[in-house]
Amino acid sequence: MTYLPVLVAFVKALIMISVVMGMAAYAVLAERKIAGWIQGRHGPNRTLLPLLGHIPILGRILTRIGIFQPVADGLKFIFKEDPVPGHVNLLYYFLAPCVAFIPAMTTMVVLPFGEMDGAPLVLANIDIGMLFILAVSSLGVYGIILAGWAANSKYPFLGGIRASAQMISYELAMGLSILPAFLWANAPGTETGLSLFNVVQSQDTVWLVFWQPLSALIFLVALFAETNRLPFDMPEAETELVSGYHTEYGSMKFGLFFVGEYTHIVIGSGVLVILYFGGWNFLPGFASPWPEGWLGGVFSTLWFLGKVLTVVFFFIWIRWTLPRFRYDQVMRLGWTVLLPLALANLILNAILIALFENWIV
Amino acid sequence: MAFKKLERRPLSWAERTYLPQILMGLKITLWNLFKKKVTLEYPDVRPVIPNGYRGIPTLVKDPRGREKCVSCQLCEFVCPPKAIRIQPGEISAEAENAHVEKAPREFDIDMLRCIYCGFCQEVCPEEAIFLQNVFSLNGYSREELVFSKSKLYEMGGTLPDEHYKWEKKRRAAEENEVHG
Repeated sequence: MTYLPVLVAFVKALIMISVVMGMAAYAVLAERKIAGWIQGRHGPNRTLLPLLGHIPILGRILTRIGIFQPVADGLKFIFKEDPVPGHVNLLYYFLAPCVAFIPAMTTMVVLPFGEMDGAPLVLANIDIGMLFILAVSSLGVYGIILAGWAANSKYPFLGGIRASAQMISYELAMGLSILPAFLWANAPGTETGLSLFNVVQSQDTVWLVFWQPLSALIFLVALFAETNRLPFDMPEAETELVSGYHTEYGSMKFGLFFVGEYTHIVIGSGVLVILYFGGWNFLPGFASPWPEGWLGGVFSTLWFLGKVLTVVFFFIWIRWTLPRFRYDQVMRLGWTVLLPLALANLILNAILIALFENWIV
Repeated sequence: MAFKKLERRPLSWAERTYLPQILMGLKITLWNLFKKKVTLEYPDVRPVIPNGYRGIPTLVKDPRGREKCVSCQLCEFVCPPKAIRIQPGEISAEAENAHVEKAPREFDIDMLRCIYCGFCQEVCPEEAIFLQNVFSLNGYSREELVFSKSKLYEMGGTLPDEHYKWEKKRRAAEENEVHG
């Protein structure tokens, strides 16, 4: 019976993938609905599934809120004609969507999403979780650069250049902004390391966002830039670059970029919640009321998912509120504001911790 | 010159971070999120057509069912895109309305050519052609959208106007005979 653990791990991974993919699909729907509502429209409200949509009252409500829309979107991606432009580099052209999609799906492996009897609910509880996420998620930009390069046409090319410049600029600020969080989480005598689970456990009374608002803000801004969301969607900037790096892509290849992008948002929101918003801990100042056993696991997971969805809503909300930055403004903000601020924040926190340990305790 | 010179004061520190402005923007969009939607769900909900709307032109009959058109062809001549084609015809001597003398034998309006200008309605001395409030037409072929006389009457219906010009003319003619 040596294959049983493998099978269990496989099933767990499958469940995790389906949940995250489902969330990504419905994040697309949420984007469209909220965009509509903010602009005084209804958003998608016509898609109807036979049988399910014809349940007397419930079916009507489900149709109106567009519950079936992601199904239609997915089918559209699959059945659309898939033209390949004649001027592309075929190998890289086909490779790019995969390279963009796989890192987005890989980061979820180390993302803890709940707690059961003091143990994390996570696919792989490694103690360098944060490092893994930073390393792998920034690989996703290679997909974008590769797409821009392989498409062999000017708008995707500009999009790819912008993506790489933006990624380099904001990765620094992002990395520096999470260090204070880990510095404070690693109180003497604890073995937090870079483990995401232990960061959450250290926030059981005070969420880090109240303790480290500046780090949280820098991380949030950098996260927007890393996920290529408005106001930082330089790589695709519809009004300037047609649709940027995926201009030459259609059908499911575009779908992979699209889903990858939304998976990035979901995972990024998860990381934000874990680092600064207490993960699955209940409200700040209250002990988590989750019961023992598997029920506690379910409750903590649901609570965590609720927080993640709130952050995803915030992402969408920001998108339909702020206009896009100009390219040079993005660069200026990254290098002359966020990076020095993150550095100063790190040094300040290091000094504070040194003072705290040597004179007060 | 009536213009006001605005003082351009330097931005305060809080304003230069843009964060208060972003929060204000978020407040506005959140407020919009719950406002009433302005979309008209078109095929299910039809817009209110105002009076005097210029939709498709159709022929009308008077309340007694007489076709009002006397095939004077003014509309045919005035029609800028030449969408109207009329073949005039005689009214037979036995008919009740024989004194009207003429009626269209064929009356076609090519709805694909029509520009809904309303000149035909303006020019008609008999008030026989009116623009309706129908604004969306469709069909599977070009021929289908050339509306014949029967189709035009079917869509136009009756004009509830108790004027009866040709009745009055007949009566006047009869009185003239009596007194003349």
